[in-house]
Amino acid sequence: MNLNELTIQEARLMLDEGKTSALEITEACLKQIEALNGDLNACLTVCAELARAEAKMADARLKQGEKGILLGIPYLCKDILMTKGVRTTAASKILENYIAPYDATVVRKLKEAGAVLLGKTNLDEFAHGASTENSAYGPTKNPYDLKRVAGGSSGGSAAAVASNMCLFALASDTGGSIRQPASFCGVVGLKPSYGKVSRFGLLSMTSSTDCVGPITKTVFDAELVLDAISGRDELDATTATAEMTNVSSNAVLSSAVKPLAGLKVGLPEEYFLKDLNPEVRDRIMAIVDKLKLAGAEIKNVSLPYTKYGIPVYYIITPSEVSSNLARFDGIAWGLKKEEAINLQEFYKKSRGAGFGAEAKRRIMLGTYVLSAGYYDAYYKKAQTVRTLIIEDFNKVFKEVDLLLTPTSPHGAFKIGDQSNDPLAMYLEDIFVTGASLSGLPAISIPAGVVTVAGGGKMPLGAQFIAPRFYESLMLKVAKLISKN
Amino acid sequence: MNISKEEIQHLAELSRLDLSADEIEKYRVELGSILDYVKMLDEVKTDKVALTAQVSGLMDVFREDKVKDWNKTEVELALNQAEREKGNIKVKRVLQ
Repeated sequence: MNLNELTIQEARLMLDEGKTSALEITEACLKQIEALNGDLNACLTVCAELARAEAKMADARLKQGEKGILLGIPYLCKDILMTKGVRTTAASKILENYIAPYDATVVRKLKEAGAVLLGKTNLDEFAHGASTENSAYGPTKNPYDLKRVAGGSSGGSAAAVASNMCLFALASDTGGSIRQPASFCGVVGLKPSYGKVSRFGLLSMTSSTDCVGPITKTVFDAELVLDAISGRDELDATTATAEMTNVSSNAVLSSAVKPLAGLKVGLPEEYFLKDLNPEVRDRIMAIVDKLKLAGAEIKNVSLPYTKYGIPVYYIITPSEVSSNLARFDGIAWGLKKEEAINLQEFYKKSRGAGFGAEAKRRIMLGTYVLSAGYYDAYYKKAQTVRTLIIEDFNKVFKEVDLLLTPTSPHGAFKIGDQSNDPLAMYLEDIFVTGASLSGLPAISIPAGVVTVAGGGKMPLGAQFIAPRFYESLMLKVAKLISKN
Repeated sequence: MNISKEEIQHLAELSRLDLSADEIEKYRVELGSILDYVKMLDEVKTDKVALTAQVSGLMDVFREDKVKDWNKTEVELALNQAEREKGNIKVKRVLQ
């Protein structure tokens, strides 16, 4: 087995036993990136020299007998998180030459833990999209079929993990951007509860739903990374206090023969409508069988406001985007159009040239729904329906401990197939926006393959959704299901 | 929904975006169809429903209002793309 193919758990054992070094694993990852990135376009920046230096430092710490879960583990980081001294573009032309002046809190935590940063991964510009086709630097290709998308917006991180360019990757999920690409690339994607992980240094998209989380090869690894990056942060006032995250489940998971006895898992009928691809249904039902075998009770439940998730999301998101992207004015950083004769024109020309089509679309849509006369009809309306969506989940979690759904209604589509229709692309998020709008943790785990339009088979993910801060229960169940 | 060319031009102005004629026409059609779609929210009765602006579960997070010096190299890195004069950031003319 090549060193870049290791999971974090496997690499940890080998590093602690002195069977390999952080530098050797790092070199194996860099070699894989060099071999595959030309085809996949998963990485926008590779910082090989910095990675080697960090790996050597980790090896020195290991040699001194230091222990650490992520000490010496190489990773890639979605290019929407600030990495000090390393180019941070958000896959936008407006930040093409931007060097981050400081580290995001999650990046700082990984640095302190001794993880090795290999480079930055591709995404839809400013994380706006579900296919990574909105990147100003070209789409990321799916490692299972180069004609297909890797999903998005964290397509680069998902493709990189799937193709063993790194041991894990950091990503962000605003309305499915970790889970959907994980589903398309056959890897594990974890979106933590809102506030569990600091957003400081994450380029803001939709501040009320943005979450940072890992994309990994196994559920076990996802938990290791989550433990390393989560926690209250003084620099992000929306991070949860220790008191809030300290929850315990009523579900008793102890018996060895029926390890999930006492656990109730709900199947929301709105995620299994008649027009759902039967193969997708079958993949999820195979997981239901495993859950039953392990002693879990399965219940059919209903989340009646599910169908309003997408319209709510596509009002709230552009609203917050139009405000968050206002800071890109070309003055202190980013692309500038110097030929402008006054400040107004300078703003318009710099932003007009710097932002791509989807960013502009969202800025204008947000500006429209927030403007006088439309604010009540669109923005306030969406905020009230958001409340109903949250109440749906609150009610259901009185009956069950977890929900199980498909992550996506299909496998990866072909590059170009949906990029001419923004609305069709928005509908990609159908199964993932609910957890985002409600701040709930959710994970996508590989559930096998399904036939895709145009022929062939591609990976599909199953999604578990849990009550807020019940990551530990969700991961326990996901680990067990992935093992068998 | 039919959005006029003038409305898109006004939105572009508010958004500080310089758009080409082709872009204006494209966004006119696309924004219209997206707004038609999200209008489905009208069928939901929300008269007595409170609105949700955020889901952090926190309210009024306070901290001491103390000045902390930001690391000088980080400040320099943050501003080194700006045009500067005597320690200030220089911008284009505001008034004609």
